[in-house]
Amino acid sequence: MKILYGMQQPDEGTITVGGEQVVFHNPGDAIARGIGMVHQHFMLADNLTVLENVVLGAEKLHGIGGKARARIKEISDSYGLGVRPDALVEELGVADRQRVEILKVLYRGAKTLILDEPTAVLVPQEVDALFDNLRELKAEGLTVIFISHKLGEVLSVADEITVIRRGTTVGTVDPRGTTPKQLAELMVGSELPTPETQESTVTDVPMLKVDGLHLAQTDLDGVERIILDEISFTIHKGEVLGIAGVEGNGQSELVEAIMGMRHPDAGVVTLDGTDISHAPTRHRRESGIGYIPEDRHRHGLLLEAPLWENRILGHVTEKPNSRGGLLDLKAARADTQRIVEAYDVRTPGIDVTAASLSGGNQQKLIVGREMSHNPKLLIAAHPTRGVDVGAQAAIWDYIREARREGLAVLLISADLDELIGLSDTLRVMYRGRLVADADPATITPEELGSAMTGAATGHLEHTEDDER
Amino acid sequence: MNKLTQRIDKERLLLGIAAPLLAVVAALVVTTLVILATGKNPGDAFSDMVTYGFASDSQVYILNKATTYYLAGVAVAIGFRMNLFNIGVDGQYRLAAFIAAVLGGALTVPGWIAIPLIMICAMATGALWASIAGILKVTRGVSEVISTIMLNSIATAIIAYLLQPGKLGQLDQAGTLVSTKPLPSSSYFFSFDTGPAGELWGFIVIAAVVGVAYWFVLGRTRFGFDLRTVGQSESAAGASGVSVKKMVATSMVISGAVAGLIGMPTLLNDSHQFSNDFPAGIGFTGIAIALLGRNHPIGIALGALLWGFLERTTNHLEFQGYDKEILGVIQGVIVLCVVIAYEVVRRYGLKRQQQKVGAELAAQAAAATKKQEVA
Repeated sequence: MKILYGMQQPDEGTITVGGEQVVFHNPGDAIARGIGMVHQHFMLADNLTVLENVVLGAEKLHGIGGKARARIKEISDSYGLGVRPDALVEELGVADRQRVEILKVLYRGAKTLILDEPTAVLVPQEVDALFDNLRELKAEGLTVIFISHKLGEVLSVADEITVIRRGTTVGTVDPRGTTPKQLAELMVGSELPTPETQESTVTDVPMLKVDGLHLAQTDLDGVERIILDEISFTIHKGEVLGIAGVEGNGQSELVEAIMGMRHPDAGVVTLDGTDISHAPTRHRRESGIGYIPEDRHRHGLLLEAPLWENRILGHVTEKPNSRGGLLDLKAARADTQRIVEAYDVRTPGIDVTAASLSGGNQQKLIVGREMSHNPKLLIAAHPTRGVDVGAQAAIWDYIREARREGLAVLLISADLDELIGLSDTLRVMYRGRLVADADPATITPEELGSAMTGAATGHLEHTEDDER
Repeated sequence: MNKLTQRIDKERLLLGIAAPLLAVVAALVVTTLVILATGKNPGDAFSDMVTYGFASDSQVYILNKATTYYLAGVAVAIGFRMNLFNIGVDGQYRLAAFIAAVLGGALTVPGWIAIPLIMICAMATGALWASIAGILKVTRGVSEVISTIMLNSIATAIIAYLLQPGKLGQLDQAGTLVSTKPLPSSSYFFSFDTGPAGELWGFIVIAAVVGVAYWFVLGRTRFGFDLRTVGQSESAAGASGVSVKKMVATSMVISGAVAGLIGMPTLLNDSHQFSNDFPAGIGFTGIAIALLGRNHPIGIALGALLWGFLERTTNHLEFQGYDKEILGVIQGVIVLCVVIAYEVVRRYGLKRQQQKVGAELAAQAAAATKKQEVA
């Protein structure tokens, strides 16, 4: 994918666009050939309008004024994108931002669109809308490369499916003659793991109690925005509490408040009977919170440091990493080796930098590290985001194991199947509030999805009519 | 697997040396061109530099200079490891040396008490001066670059004000030089007598101790790990439980304390007083040397020695009819090249390692499937 977009050069092999062999040295070359990419993480400037974002870097095409606006309107109308050129990007929702990204690419004259995990951040209804857009694009003669690990989506939107596993093509199939199961087997090489937990291990011993957590922030315009509004919940030993919600509704802030990285205005956090509301992050970690951050590159790893230093990260005061004020390099290295073996981190050694591992292996290292200090509470924020199917299954296994061993787990995810499959209790977060709760045993992703957009509140009951 | 690890290590070492080496070579090329442009023979100049630079009296001179430069490099490097740009090392060491010289001149206690007192006083002054920038950054978000530059000017002004006859200064007999009251000879630091080559300053021992301490604290202690973590990723450090603000303030103070030592070799081994010709600008030299040495304790030592060597030999070139500005050209080009080469080599190294790890894993996977097929 990076090669197709000119961000990386291949060692071997060729790319052919429209019957012509091409070499891309940088993204500019790819754009010139009509290849456009919509990244998983949006590349938009929040404080600019849609128009400004679209013309940014492409000022030469149609200028920055009326002509550009007309062109944006034209593209937006012809593909049914419904983009308003003068809206500020920061006011747009995730789905709208994605449409701006698509428009940006089309504006640059792309004939081939690459979409990298475009549905990861969308609720089911928005996914349907996106698929309608894609069909529109297809009808206009554009080519779309849709990268996803969600089988149902791929099957419903694609005309041809190519399965890639560990860097090699394992097969190309026709979606009409393929069942999800067959596709899944191609992807993992065997049976697809499902995130289903077995018998309940929930006890009635409360481990984490969050009571009345409140956080408000004044933004640049002086407007006070409430980010966390009276959040209260309890996680018991052996319980997985799943929090569903479209990203940006306060989940990250909630996690940071529990970790002590952010200081809420009000509210009490109690871990295992001890009030930790005002404890520093290090103290909270030492008292048994394991943390799998949502953005592992920003919060979970030192990318340019070797694996064994990453093993120390976050647990520098604990054994085996240090004794007294001194690091115990030998023990830390030995323990890194143990984690690498026990958690199947695929690496040639513990001296390579974290950046050289794949996302899945980085994540397995983080999980292994966090599980190695006898945590009482595990906070897992999007634990399987951007990891391959094999690692995903392994990480689910570790979370299940943690639950069996009596840990309390706070699971935050945008993957509804993951949430429903792993959680014992489900809550839905919307605009900083926990607006709904649901029983994972009966709820469907669609029902959960509608609560995530704020359409439903209270206790969600599964109704037979909703079933498709 | 072990072999690969070793290979990566060897490569990393090679890449680590490659950057400064590349820079020095590039500087040589540029210097050659500059000398050629002035119509002189670069070959003669270089051979003169080498023969003169390795003469025994030059060696002692270079080592003495390098002692001061090394301390400056370490002081700056402590900030660098933390992603802090302590430009204020310059003001910190001058103010520290001045205050310490005043104290030293006033003390009448035996040397074994006076010398440590002078050093502690210098470190405390440097730390205090640096902490102003640290506190401003932590509490008000003031960039340490801006505040330390300003603090440099303020330090200059304070010294100029206090170093006047009738205040803390006194005029020498010739009536040209204002200085603090000289240290009693009992407060002189010991030195090694190397015969005709001159005296090797004993403070080189302290510099070595500082270097070892720097290596040990950063590489082997929890504190050092926290410090490096903040330098590599503030967000990851915060999430891992390091208090970033506390770390910023602390490292600024430590950087300032080491900066306080920079003036000590000169004060205790050489001038024995702070006068208005006390060496200035060494804080900036320290930035160049820390860059050149890539914040590594041994790298900084090599950088400091190179700087001393260049200074000594280009001074001599002047007598041979070359322009003394060559020194500035060489130093400038080296620093510029180091910054560029460092980044180029770093990116290349990361990419290369990524490729290698990928290749190794693919080979392992292939071997595994083959085994399965056989079984």
